[in-house]
Amino acid sequence: MTATAVAEDDALWAAVADPTRRRVLDALLECGEASTTTLAEGMPVTRQAVAKHLAVLDRVGLVAGRRRGREVRYTVRPERVDEAAEAMARVAAQWDRRLARIKRLAESVQAEARIDL
Amino acid sequence: MAADSVEREILIEASPEIVWGVITEPEQISRWFSDEADVEGRVGADGTLMWRPGGRGGRKELETIAPIRVVEAEPFRRFSFRWSHPQGAAPDASNSALVEFTLIEEAGGTRLRVLESGIGAVTHDEQSKTQYLEDHEHGWEKHFGELVDYVASKTHEATL
Repeated sequence: MTATAVAEDDALWAAVADPTRRRVLDALLECGEASTTTLAEGMPVTRQAVAKHLAVLDRVGLVAGRRRGREVRYTVRPERVDEAAEAMARVAAQWDRRLARIKRLAESVQAEARIDL
Repeated sequence: MAADSVEREILIEASPEIVWGVITEPEQISRWFSDEADVEGRVGADGTLMWRPGGRGGRKELETIAPIRVVEAEPFRRFSFRWSHPQGAAPDASNSALVEFTLIEEAGGTRLRVLESGIGAVTHDEQSKTQYLEDHEHGWEKHFGELVDYVASKTHEATL
C-alpha cells in the first residue's frame, strides 16, 4: 500500500469515526436523499453543525450534493462506500497470507518432529 | 461477528502444540507476522513488532513499529493480543485492534481461526478517538454493518 493510499484510508476512517457524521450517513442511507435542513430536523444538533459534517463527508467523497432549486440535496456515494469495504478486504487478505505462512512453518516443524521419532 | 472485524481460518497438518509455538514464540512471530518481534507469550506482556522498510508487509519507505499486548494465553487453545495502539498508551477497544487466535484439534491437524476486531479504531486520529470513546451506544460497528449491507444491496441490484 502506498503512503497516499494509507493517508486516504485514514481520512476515510476519520470521517466516519465521528458519531454525528455516522448518524448523518445512517439517515442518508435510510432516506436516500435529503437536504441539510431535513437532516437537521431529526438530530440534536444545529443545521450549521450538520452542514459542517456534510462538508467533511463530501471532502472524502462519501456523500455528494446536488442543487435542487433553492436547496442542496445530499446522497451517499456507493463507490466510496465500496472502498471502505475494500479496506476490510485488504485486512482479510493480509490474514490469509499470514495464516499461509503459519501453516508452512508449523508443517515443516511437524515434518522434522516425525523424522526425529 | 462485529462488522468491523475479519475472521479467517486455515487447516494445518500439525499438532496444536506445534501451531501454538509458531504463533506465540518471538522467533517464530518474526517469520510470519513482523520482521522482528519482541514479545513474551504470557498474559499482560507488552512488546513490539517491527517491520523494516521494504520488508514483509511493511510500508516501502519507512520502518513501522507497532506495540502489542498479550490479552489471553491459554496454551494450545487460545492466544489473543491487542496491537496498533499509540506507543506508551494502554490498549483498549478505542485505540487498538484485537486479534484472537483459536486452535481446534482435528483429525490430521489443527484448525487455526483468527478474528481481528476493532480495525476501525486503529486508524483514527486523536480527536475522532475521543469522539469514539464518547459514543459507545451508537458504535462504529453498527454503522459499518449498514455500509456493508448497503454495498451488498447495491451490488445485488447491479447484477439483477
